[in-house]
Amino acid sequence: MSNLALVAKLDIKESLRSRWFLVYLLVFGGLMALFFITGITDSVVMGFTGLSRLLLVYIQVTIVILPIFILITTVKSISADRESAILEYMLSFPVSLSDYYWGKMVGRFLITFTPVFLALLVGIVWGVVKGAEIPWAVFFIYSAFLFALSALFLGIAFFISTIVKSHDMALGSSFVVWITLLAFLDIALIGLMLQNRWSDEVVISIAMLNPLEVFRVGAITLFDPELTVMGPVAYFLLDTFGREMILLYAVIYPISLGLLFAVAGYLFFKKRDLL
Amino acid sequence: MIEVREARKRFSDTFVLDGVTLTIGEGERVALMGPNGAGKTTLVRAILGFYHLDGGRITVDGYTPTEERVRVLERIGFIPQTPPPIKLSLEELMEYVSQSSGVDREAIKREALRMELDIERNLQKPFFKLSGGMKQKLLIAIALAKEGSYLIFDEPTANLDPKAREHFYSLLEELPERVATIFITHRIEEIAGLVNRKVYMDLGKVVEDEYL
Ligand SMILES: Nc1ncnc2c1ncn2[C@@H]1O[C@H](COP(=O)(O)OP(=O)(O)OP(=O)(O)O)[C@@H](O)[C@H]1O
Ligand SMILES: [Mg+2]
Repeated sequence: MSNLALVAKLDIKESLRSRWFLVYLLVFGGLMALFFITGITDSVVMGFTGLSRLLLVYIQVTIVILPIFILITTVKSISADRESAILEYMLSFPVSLSDYYWGKMVGRFLITFTPVFLALLVGIVWGVVKGAEIPWAVFFIYSAFLFALSALFLGIAFFISTIVKSHDMALGSSFVVWITLLAFLDIALIGLMLQNRWSDEVVISIAMLNPLEVFRVGAITLFDPELTVMGPVAYFLLDTFGREMILLYAVIYPISLGLLFAVAGYLFFKKRDLL
Repeated sequence: MIEVREARKRFSDTFVLDGVTLTIGEGERVALMGPNGAGKTTLVRAILGFYHLDGGRITVDGYTPTEERVRVLERIGFIPQTPPPIKLSLEELMEYVSQSSGVDREAIKREALRMELDIERNLQKPFFKLSGGMKQKLLIAIALAKEGSYLIFDEPTANLDPKAREHFYSLLEELPERVATIFITHRIEEIAGLVNRKVYMDLGKVVEDEYL
């Protein structure tokens, strides 16, 4: 076994024992399962055309909760170990910094994404039991969205975790990131649009830079091909890019951004003092 | 050979290492002393590659700690000033150590037994739940089992009871000739028989370096 796998494995074992993981598993796994089950039920009733209010609520809940859960649970993975001198001891063994950093990241990714994915599987199984026709394409694409969103916030969390020296600062900064992205989801943009100071295209472009908005648009596009709940903005998006492009973008953009943050975090980890 | 040349390290606006020069050859037993805040721990951490220097250089058998950390750390056994609150169980910690450093688990258990620490009975316990002395003993056992060319102890006996201290010192007496040790301590009388060189630091400088 490589040192990277070793670090990942031990991190997973440690997480499995911890209380935050239990909470995460119950709250988030449960929520995701419910969400997907609702989606399938809806599809049975309406044949996947309309988007129910409930489904919309679940998309919104995911947008709010998944990022903060991932941020809170992973942002301390390096900063807390640094503060408590665990890092000093663990890194006094001949493990390369890249094995350590990426090993931690792989471990955390598996531990945060697996429950979400398992929850979706539960939804599928439930759908089969209920005799629903399983929308495999929807299942895979939605899993890809969640994968992308998890990867993004994991990248951001590791970035913060390495550049910040204390655990408190790490928590504080991740909260700021989260709030900022959420605020720019609607409030700020609607304000701009209403005042008509900027053209719609500019506002929409800004919105599509916000990964949370991208996730939202992607998810809505997936479940509601006409994007009816999004109103006029939807026509602009669909006309300009088309459905496939929107779906593809909603997967690729967050992953790339997450990778960018993760790599930046790694460079900091390597180039700056470890303690 | 550990070579420290004009090493300088600054934290905010004070030089915690202010031109340290020190060479430690094979088999030397060094007591590193000095008042609190002198820079002893910082020097050790720089040797282990945790800090990037602001000036000067450090090499361990020709390797630079920050650039070739794996090569450097293969050669060093290290015991930190305070045992960290590691959440891994003893079993997992030993797995980490033996995999990353090629240390035989049985060797760790043997060294621990010599200090009357029974690892077998505590395998599933998280490390941080051991008593202070037990933690210290385990870290010592790991460092000894690693069989590097250099052993660095940052005040390792603080938590040990008198008997455990005796055990520890007698283990050190049995170290192979070639092993060099750096022993940070405030009580040289205790290790008088174990060292042949005394380095005294103050304000980030080596102010005294004598062979005993
Ligand atoms: N990571 C750090 N950031 C900022 N200042 C630091 C850092 N590490 C150490 N210092 C400062 O460097 C100085 C030397 O610290 P160091 O731990 O090397 O002392 P020491 O000689 O080991 O002391 P002691 O005998 O108390 O262990 C202290 O003033 C300390 O506050
Ligand atoms: Mg110290």
